[in-house]
Amino acid sequence: MAEEMKDFKEVNKGLSEENAVLEALRCMNCVIPHCVKGCPVGIDIPAFIQKVAEKDFEGAAAVIKADNMLPAICGRVCPQESQCEGECILAKKEKPVAIGALERYVADREREHGTKLPAVAEPTGKRVAVVGSGPAGLTAAAELARFGHKVTVFESLHEAGGVLTYGIPEFRLPKAIVKAEIEQVKALGVEVRLNHLVGRSVPVEELLGYDAVFLGTGAGLPYFMGMEGENLNGVYSANEFLTRVNLMHANCFPEFDTPVKRGCKVVVVGGGNVAMDAARVARRLGAAVTLVYRRREEDLPARAVEVKNAHEEGVEFLCCANPVRVVGETAVEGVECVRMEMCEVDASGRPKPTCIEGSEFTLEADVFIEAIGQGPNPLLVSMIPGLERERRGNLVVDEDGRTTVARVYAAGDAATGAATVIWAMGSAKKAAAAIDKALKEE
Amino acid sequence: MYQVEEATQLSENVYQIWVNAPQVARHARAGQFLIIRVDETGERIPLTISATKGDSVRVIYMAVGKTTELLATKKKGDVLADIVGPLGTPSEIKNYGTVVVIGGGVGIASTPIIAREAKEAGNHVIGIIGARNKDLLILEDEMEEVCDELFITTDDGSKGVHGFASTVLEDLLKERTIGCVWIVGPAIMMKVTSRVTIPYKVKTFVSLNPIMVDGTGMCGSCRVTVGGETKFACVDGPEFDAHQVDFDSLMQRQRMYVDEEKEAREHFHHHDHHGGCGCCGGKH
Repeated sequence: MAEEMKDFKEVNKGLSEENAVLEALRCMNCVIPHCVKGCPVGIDIPAFIQKVAEKDFEGAAAVIKADNMLPAICGRVCPQESQCEGECILAKKEKPVAIGALERYVADREREHGTKLPAVAEPTGKRVAVVGSGPAGLTAAAELARFGHKVTVFESLHEAGGVLTYGIPEFRLPKAIVKAEIEQVKALGVEVRLNHLVGRSVPVEELLGYDAVFLGTGAGLPYFMGMEGENLNGVYSANEFLTRVNLMHANCFPEFDTPVKRGCKVVVVGGGNVAMDAARVARRLGAAVTLVYRRREEDLPARAVEVKNAHEEGVEFLCCANPVRVVGETAVEGVECVRMEMCEVDASGRPKPTCIEGSEFTLEADVFIEAIGQGPNPLLVSMIPGLERERRGNLVVDEDGRTTVARVYAAGDAATGAATVIWAMGSAKKAAAAIDKALKEE
Repeated sequence: MYQVEEATQLSENVYQIWVNAPQVARHARAGQFLIIRVDETGERIPLTISATKGDSVRVIYMAVGKTTELLATKKKGDVLADIVGPLGTPSEIKNYGTVVVIGGGVGIASTPIIAREAKEAGNHVIGIIGARNKDLLILEDEMEEVCDELFITTDDGSKGVHGFASTVLEDLLKERTIGCVWIVGPAIMMKVTSRVTIPYKVKTFVSLNPIMVDGTGMCGSCRVTVGGETKFACVDGPEFDAHQVDFDSLMQRQRMYVDEEKEAREHFHHHDHHGGCGCCGGKH
């Protein structure tokens, strides 16, 4: 494990061909495949797995790509345990079929052996603007391009991928793989315009001049706890910390120009996948890391495998505690926390944490990272007249992703609030189908 | 890639560069900025939009560290990796009657575009540009052209009024009715100068310059305290009501990476080649 701590190489090395075939042979090829229902993009899982069992890897890739243009990414970051694998009939008896690992194997193998693009329909002459190049935007773009529409993606950063590029670290999702899958989407005829912030570089009137608009702007606005000392030097949002490292390669400073405070003692607050990512990145930058979470360890919303990896990499977990103040003169010197007790179960089925009065204690720290969640960035949506949002700032959409403005659709985190990559893709796929239907009816 | 169309030195360590960036130039307004990444291993730095002409945009900057020193080596025909903008909320320009637009040092770069828009909105525009000495003054001709009146100050008295912009501003406030004041310059200069308008209760805008990464509101690196609330300068600003700004916190946060900035600069001057971290695929 010490070896992995030094670098950002991928932790999970993936299946060998032999193991992939053996694993595929475990699939029962159910008549009513519940696994497919568990997949938000509806991949024909038994069909691709049968092809793996027959060693027809090209065929397997074609089956997957009929429904999902980002399989190497999904195979790595989907929470399969609560989706396809959670529904697998074998999950009830022993272990579910490792669908995620097989999807990843097929995608990685195809990338190494030369990729084949799925068919693209005849051009329809319709133009669709996609705002944001994260999982939702890329999925919508790929689907719409395959339906024959001319798709332009607007991305404000200098690289495409959204959270796949700036959020999820290299050791979970190698950037070369993200780039390769984005190239596949572009090869379908999708134009990606980087460095274009819609609403600023592209006026809203210009955007609304397209035949349809898809908003996949995500939930990139970081929440801060709003406590004393939060603006001291060394306090980061997880978004900033991860962007500096993942997008700007601050781990390679000064070869790359962007710096990051590495810290000797880092405290991270939060319990989701973003918190795990931030903690594991901080470990790789050489710090002793404590993760503070207000509920119990069994309540952690992060994927079990991420929690396990974080433990193995030496992240200390301090559960039933919550920061109340950042201590320091000009820079962070410590984080004052309070212990929490679990009271009655709340509406979400989780225990409600309550501060234990007088239990304050201070953790020594020189870097403090807040990973308590993100909301939708309000900038663009505030500029489109008539676009309604619900209380938490998410866009109001119907089942097919229609917003309150005609011809404008939205999906992914912008519509649902921060969720998973695959949920964003699933909702984007539905919206793309609805856009296609609407455009063809015109 | 974004092509450099013109690059000139304006004074000691101060440079101007015109770059072809249609998506920025066509939509830029006074008070907005852009973010530049010079090359593939570069960092993203914010620079105020100083002027536009067709599809080109001008920025003026002082070479103070690795990135700006590298930018200063760029000549006509060279390319920059990335430019995104215009970013931030435009200046609140309307008819205030008489406005004063103050630029300090390299902050003068931001003033002609504000002065021009203020003039077009029907204001009587008074400019004050100040620097340590006469050799560090920039854009005098442009300000002369766009302002109804222009005052020049130098700390050493080598040109114009011997002293600070605040002295001239105070005199103006005593004599006339001023509707609004803009101040752009180093944080300490903005802090000191903006105090002058408090007793006169004159609306005063300052353009804050905190550390930024994305410039689109997704990280909070540029957070500043305004009226007791946390704001993101890149989307809520960069211009804010000067009398509400916590300048001490801003200046403290600006110093967050002084050690790293020094290291990066030393690395830039002493190492052309690097040791193989793997990030750039061994291209360097």
